[in-house]
Amino acid sequence: MSPAGRPQVSLRQVEKVFTPPGRKGASVQALGPLDLELFNGEFFAVVGPSGCGKTTLLELVAGLSVATSGDVEFEGRPIAGKILQGVGVVFQEDASFPWLTVTDNIGFGLGKLRLSAEERRDRVESALAMMGLTAFAHSYPAQLSGGMRQRVCIARTLVMQPRLILLDEPFGALDQQTRLLMGDELLNLWRKTGATVFLITHALDEAAMLADRIGVMSARPGCIIDVVETGWPKDRDSRIVQEDRFGTITARLWRSLRAESMRAIGYQGVKA
Amino acid sequence: MKPAAIWRTAFLGALVALLEVLCLTGRIDKLTMQPPHQIIIDLLRMLSAGTLNLAILKTLANSFLAFGLAMVTGTAAALVLHRLRAVRDALDPLFATYYAIPVFAFYPLLIILFGLGDTPEIFIGFMLAVVAVIVSVLSGIDRIPRVLLKTARVHQLSTWETARRVTLPCIAPYILTGAKLALAYALIGVIGAEFIMSSSGMGYEISFAYMNFDNATMYPLILLIVLASVGINMVLGRWERLLMVRRGLA
Amino acid sequence: MKTSSLDRLRNGLVLLLVLTGLWQVLYWCVGDVALRSPLETFGYTAYLLGSARFWPNLVETAQAFGLALVISVVMGLAIGFTLGLSRIANAVFEPVLVSSYAIPKITLYPILLLMFGLGMSAKVAFGVIHGVIPIALFTTDAVRHIRPVFLKTGRTMGLSPLEMAWRILLPAAMPEIFAGLRVGFSLTLIGTLLGEMFASQRGIGYLLMNAIGLHNVDLIMSLTFMLTLFAGAASVILLAINRRMQQRT
Repeated sequence: MSPAGRPQVSLRQVEKVFTPPGRKGASVQALGPLDLELFNGEFFAVVGPSGCGKTTLLELVAGLSVATSGDVEFEGRPIAGKILQGVGVVFQEDASFPWLTVTDNIGFGLGKLRLSAEERRDRVESALAMMGLTAFAHSYPAQLSGGMRQRVCIARTLVMQPRLILLDEPFGALDQQTRLLMGDELLNLWRKTGATVFLITHALDEAAMLADRIGVMSARPGCIIDVVETGWPKDRDSRIVQEDRFGTITARLWRSLRAESMRAIGYQGVKA
Repeated sequence: MKPAAIWRTAFLGALVALLEVLCLTGRIDKLTMQPPHQIIIDLLRMLSAGTLNLAILKTLANSFLAFGLAMVTGTAAALVLHRLRAVRDALDPLFATYYAIPVFAFYPLLIILFGLGDTPEIFIGFMLAVVAVIVSVLSGIDRIPRVLLKTARVHQLSTWETARRVTLPCIAPYILTGAKLALAYALIGVIGAEFIMSSSGMGYEISFAYMNFDNATMYPLILLIVLASVGINMVLGRWERLLMVRRGLA
Repeated sequence: MKTSSLDRLRNGLVLLLVLTGLWQVLYWCVGDVALRSPLETFGYTAYLLGSARFWPNLVETAQAFGLALVISVVMGLAIGFTLGLSRIANAVFEPVLVSSYAIPKITLYPILLLMFGLGMSAKVAFGVIHGVIPIALFTTDAVRHIRPVFLKTGRTMGLSPLEMAWRILLPAAMPEIFAGLRVGFSLTLIGTLLGEMFASQRGIGYLLMNAIGLHNVDLIMSLTFMLTLFAGAASVILLAINRRMQQRT
């Protein structure tokens, strides 16, 4: 898929500087200057060394934090620390509410939308079905495995019918096999919903297998230093890992990233 | 019933039986303690005669009022204090010391401020209970995972909605922990105040009965307080446990 | 967020100043009927410290409190280690302990008086029933939550049960146990004082109760001030030690 038309999300010359309260001199440039465009319906992944500001980038797009300078826009409207309708976020940590059943967790945000009771039920039920949670509708998160809980969080985002889904290392806490299968599910719901997916990950293979385009970030302050087009067909699943192209893509990602990763580790006090 | 519960019941039963035997054989004389079965008979007689029902009602009502006020004020104060880091840091040593301070010493002051009536008693109960609530709720708020609050923001919840739909349900077990302590402290405050200076209530009746060697009134009243506090505590404890189990924490 | 010990010292001083300020303001509002100003209280406290009738009472209270604290700690630790190490004992007795924590123990003073008579043993007993339960509960929890890998390590090194207790159980559980001792210290103190108020004719608690009865505002204020100062200083010191312990683990 090649990007065309107006971008859904655009970041221009975005920078983020963290200043500890009361200590102007100790500020840290976490991000940028950075440019990035996401197009309707594409699957875009970001990889980068640890501490490069991936999560900061996602939070800027989500409206959870404000850029120090530069513009962040969603569908032509500025996002300046405001959470916009049509954007869903899935976090790395378990964000299911332990006091709500799976059904109530999934329906958490629907009260805001002024839907009929019937519509509300339909949306929750189809999200339950899509994420394979129907049998656990009345369970509490504590009764589910980590992977299942992350499904609950994804379903809670899906019922809001977002046009842009942001995922911050959503499978980071899961084991490798579960991650591959969750990746298949993510591809599946991406196709079904038609939403744009913006995935943050540290796993090169995950990015190579899932995304249409992959942005490679530099060590701090994080900038996009390379954008790789994978050229996969829309109808794909985890079995593409055996194709030669998969190896080529991963190799290219690592070529761009190796020096950056060494810088990132050296930054933490180890000689590269 | 689980084996542990059977053993526990057997242990407590044996303890009561031992007391019964010691009292009946005169090893514990009648002036010190009545045999347990007699206390229960006295309690039933006392309740059905109704002479002390007003005193019982007064003490329980005042304790619950102090407890309720402490729960509401304490939870609200904790929610506010959590946002005011500096104030909270400054108050920390006070919270750590609070329960070693003889709060009852302020009772005469309260009587002068509010007059001799229910108010100073309720106030003492409230003062004792409220800090337990604040401390429990604060430690609950400290433990709310950040990601849950981020989720609330993503769902565009207002401050009030976040408190109602995320913060409060999340800290519910800690509120219950606070409630268990607050109830005990409210009773201590109200009954203790009645001991010191009062003309009605269970505390007053107990010390009056003590002065007059009226064990047939004193022991049933003490038993009633013990039963009420342990009973309510167990109900709150069950509830707390249910929430913890549901969250996979117990 | 970490608070340095310097910040803590500053916080404590600010708190002291604010409380003293509030006290003064309250005094201006309420007046001489029920309160003394901070300055008057300090003055009377100095006078009290110089008077002959104060010291025997203080010694009496110190003895009662010391004895109650020793008994509370020994009994609390013994109960705590037993319940912490034995699953069965824990399942059977912990709920009893938790429930008895909820009893407003102040109502039990007539029973203790009848059992022990007016005097030293009654107030020591009153201090102990307040202090022993939190120490036991905290210790139980601490011992039960020692990481199993520590115990396994000890076993692979062939430690005897006594060595196990001394070299692994106690140090591993110490920060938590100490937190229990801290709470137990406060509650034993208040328990002893309450015991003296209701079940004694000597000691600081008795002086306080007497002052309340005679409406001797000077004495009430001075005694409360000194008790608060002592309890405050002790708990700040214990808290600081506890913090240092927890930082290490």
